[in-house]
Amino acid sequence: MVGNIVLNIQNVDKTFGGLQALSNVNMQIEEGKIHAIIGPNGAGKSTLLNVCIGRLEPTSGTVRFDGEIITGKAPYEINQAGVVRVFQTPEIFPELTILENVMIPALAKRDGAFSFNPFKSMSDETDIFKEAELVLEDMGLIDQMYDHSGSMSRGDKRRLELAMGLVQRPRLLLLDEPTAGMSRADTNATIETLIRIKERGMTKVIIEHDMHVVFSLADKISVLAQGAIIAEGAPDEIRGNPKVQEAYLGGAH
Amino acid sequence: MNFFKLSPRDALLMVVFAAVVLLAPIWMKPFGAAYPDLLQKFAIFGLFAIGFNILFGLTGYLSFGHAAFLGIGSYTTVWTFKLLSMNPIPAVIFGTLVAGLFAVLIGFVSLRRTGIYFSILTLAFAQMCYNLAYSVLTPITNGETGLRVLRDDPMLLDKALGVVQEGSPIGSFFGINMRGYPAFYFCAVILIIGFFISLRIFRSPFGLKLRAIKSNQNRMRYTGFNTRPYLLWAFVISGMYAGMAGSMLAVTDPLAGAERMQWTASGEVVLMTILGGVGTLIGPMLGAVLIKYFENIFSAFNESALHDMFSFLPSWLETVMVTVVHPFVGEGWHLTLGSLFMVIVIFLPGGLVEGATRLFKRRKSDGVTNKNSGSEN
Amino acid sequence: MDAIFLQTLNGLDKGGAYALIALGLTLVFGTLGVVNFAHGALFMLGAFCAVTFQKILTLSKKVKDESITFFDAYKEIPYLEIWFGDTGAAIIDWAVPLSILMAIPVMLLIGLIMERGLIQYFYKRTHAEQILVTFGLAIVIQEIIKSFFGANPIPTPAPDVIAGSANIGSWIGLSDSLVYPYWRMIYLLFALAVIGAVFAFLQFTTFGMVVRAGMADRETVALLGINVERRFTIVFGIAAIVAGLAGVMYTPILPPDYHIGMDFLVLSFVVVVVGGMGSLPGAVAAGFLLGILQSFASMNEVKSIFPGIDQIIIYLVAVVILLVRPRGLLGRKGVMED
Repeated sequence: MVGNIVLNIQNVDKTFGGLQALSNVNMQIEEGKIHAIIGPNGAGKSTLLNVCIGRLEPTSGTVRFDGEIITGKAPYEINQAGVVRVFQTPEIFPELTILENVMIPALAKRDGAFSFNPFKSMSDETDIFKEAELVLEDMGLIDQMYDHSGSMSRGDKRRLELAMGLVQRPRLLLLDEPTAGMSRADTNATIETLIRIKERGMTKVIIEHDMHVVFSLADKISVLAQGAIIAEGAPDEIRGNPKVQEAYLGGAH
Repeated sequence: MNFFKLSPRDALLMVVFAAVVLLAPIWMKPFGAAYPDLLQKFAIFGLFAIGFNILFGLTGYLSFGHAAFLGIGSYTTVWTFKLLSMNPIPAVIFGTLVAGLFAVLIGFVSLRRTGIYFSILTLAFAQMCYNLAYSVLTPITNGETGLRVLRDDPMLLDKALGVVQEGSPIGSFFGINMRGYPAFYFCAVILIIGFFISLRIFRSPFGLKLRAIKSNQNRMRYTGFNTRPYLLWAFVISGMYAGMAGSMLAVTDPLAGAERMQWTASGEVVLMTILGGVGTLIGPMLGAVLIKYFENIFSAFNESALHDMFSFLPSWLETVMVTVVHPFVGEGWHLTLGSLFMVIVIFLPGGLVEGATRLFKRRKSDGVTNKNSGSEN
Repeated sequence: MDAIFLQTLNGLDKGGAYALIALGLTLVFGTLGVVNFAHGALFMLGAFCAVTFQKILTLSKKVKDESITFFDAYKEIPYLEIWFGDTGAAIIDWAVPLSILMAIPVMLLIGLIMERGLIQYFYKRTHAEQILVTFGLAIVIQEIIKSFFGANPIPTPAPDVIAGSANIGSWIGLSDSLVYPYWRMIYLLFALAVIGAVFAFLQFTTFGMVVRAGMADRETVALLGINVERRFTIVFGIAAIVAGLAGVMYTPILPPDYHIGMDFLVLSFVVVVVGGMGSLPGAVAAGFLLGILQSFASMNEVKSIFPGIDQIIIYLVAVVILLVRPRGLLGRKGVMED
């Protein structure tokens, strides 16, 4: 019944000063599934993602990816291992074109963390170009791919951000509120894209506020409140869980 | 056309660049700059700035210590002359490599920090090199007098091959003495090669990655890149360019002094690059030529030359003009230089190349519609 | 022991100059966000305020020299001496300290003109451009000074009464050979007083409070409806005064020439960075620290162990400190890191 565990978060604690941001979080992400993490503001969702990609080190506990401990590794090593994060506020390269923004992660995937040769010609990189083009096509950014990314609209930037994650075809994609601030139409388009990729078998963890998105995508949901997991299960189980309702309604006011 | 793997546009750029450099003795004449000493300086400092731009222009890391590599290149070259041969080829190779070695060490330490902290670290290393070259390293650098080649130096390779030189030692490219126009063409060829390499770097995935580091280094880390080795590699490449330029300074005039390692020399290459246009291909070269041109032409004027220049005016106006212009030339050319920087930075923030592009674009958009002229950045 | 004590003292006055220049530099950076390479020029302008003041006081009249009788000889007697006799002569003798009175308004004016005329347009530009334009300005100022005063250092002596040295060794029960020039002592006290005044001003006045709040978080303060920028302009003026005063008082120690500012600028930048960009106490601490270390390194005993150490000590310390403490001694996170 339980598939292969890709990401295994074990007993993770994180304190900032005296503040307990995560307490004893345990979570197993199954291969090929979409796992949503929901919870009220300040529940520790982003902290958890940051621990997973090496931006933060947990105070105690470990995160294993494919059985290997990744806590304490450099962010680029974790990325090279196959864990890729899509940022909530677009973290793009504003001085570069949209195409270049997508080619960069594709190059990272192919060349590894460092490649020595400074004289290779960009015009020989047809494979990289095609990969980038394909993803841009998927995200509907192909028409403007030679424009500078800095001047894009915020919604387009978020789609670019997603494209930058997808082009690396990671084993595990961590999405931080992929649809926040998007219009309904854009949100639906993003959901469709994510479902399409699900069929290709990429494992995803999604942090999301929008319950519409969560319930139309997730295979499994973990509910985080005040740094701890208070419920976990299939969408239907979570929907009826009184503890979750209390956390959302009681926690908000 | 597949010219050294360049796109047709870049191939054209390369050809034009080479032609402009090689024909400089002709077209520089009307500007009064067609004498070999000055042309050599154009080529040498152009190379220096082109290399500096690979670090500063692509990665955004502002080094304030690149003159150290220039000096190290010069010293190594003079020592190669002294010990091995007056042939400039081994001298330039050693000068470049030794500068590269120093760049590895200095870069490895300095690149642990970013922003102004990086700038100050490079400045500190360069000033240490400079101060030591003047003081305790005198046995190697010959201190204030400067290191020069002497007639009774070993020159082992030359002796072994039976190459003999008359008169005071001068770099000799298989019998061609490295002074005057032959020296300029030697520098010019190296400059063209240097420009080609820089062009290839700009058009490579490596160059793209460097620009991405400049744009958002943190994102690069989360995208799977170990940025430090990329930065170090860029630092070393640009240090080697500086070393090569320093070598050529010593090839054209076999004397190495510590003053070319001082922070003002590092500042000069920063100014050249910014003046021409940071991160553009041709800008740094342009900036180098302009600054060296002003330095040489303006500093050569004196009062009587000015009177000659304005002699076509009525005498009262001549006096006025000479009085106005005089502080800016001769010994006061620094005043011109300072004013020039200010004017450029105030009115052309992106340097000359961007200024030209903007002017060109405005013309074009004025021709089509008048709407968008304000929206360019 | 004596030597160490003496070197500490020697380092302190130089450190005082570093601290004063660095203080203004970091103040301007912390408030306006501008890297001001023309700050050294302000130090130099201060020094030349003293020179000018001295020149004005000694404006002279040619008078027949009565003591020489066998031919007509003339000597120059300053008007002040002619008008006020010995009082006039005393005023001339005290030219350097008195020139502070002139330097304060002049430097304030120069600072305000510089900020309103040029610097204010560079708040939002890149640091590289700020460096370039202020560097250009520094060169222009230097050249103007050079064309008025020439390229040679101009001696500006301290008043006669305090020209000698204090026998500081016998004061505190150490060797009699331990002497310290009075003027250096005065310079040190003066530097401390100015630093104290600046800190007090920032600490205890409402104006200072706003400036400190603005240094910490400019946007929030602006949201409160306070015109931060106008205050920052005045801060620039204050920085100019501090640099100018540092220059005025340094003239008896080192006769000023037109590039004295550049010489100090590079070291002051190292001082600021070692102290931590934007940190006032850091700049002061680093100024004195580096001044003292430099004077220790020039002791023969030290030089015989580490040849050449006196030449590189400041830079070496800067490298070590920056590697151990990424943001300098007292720097804040995130300042000037990209």
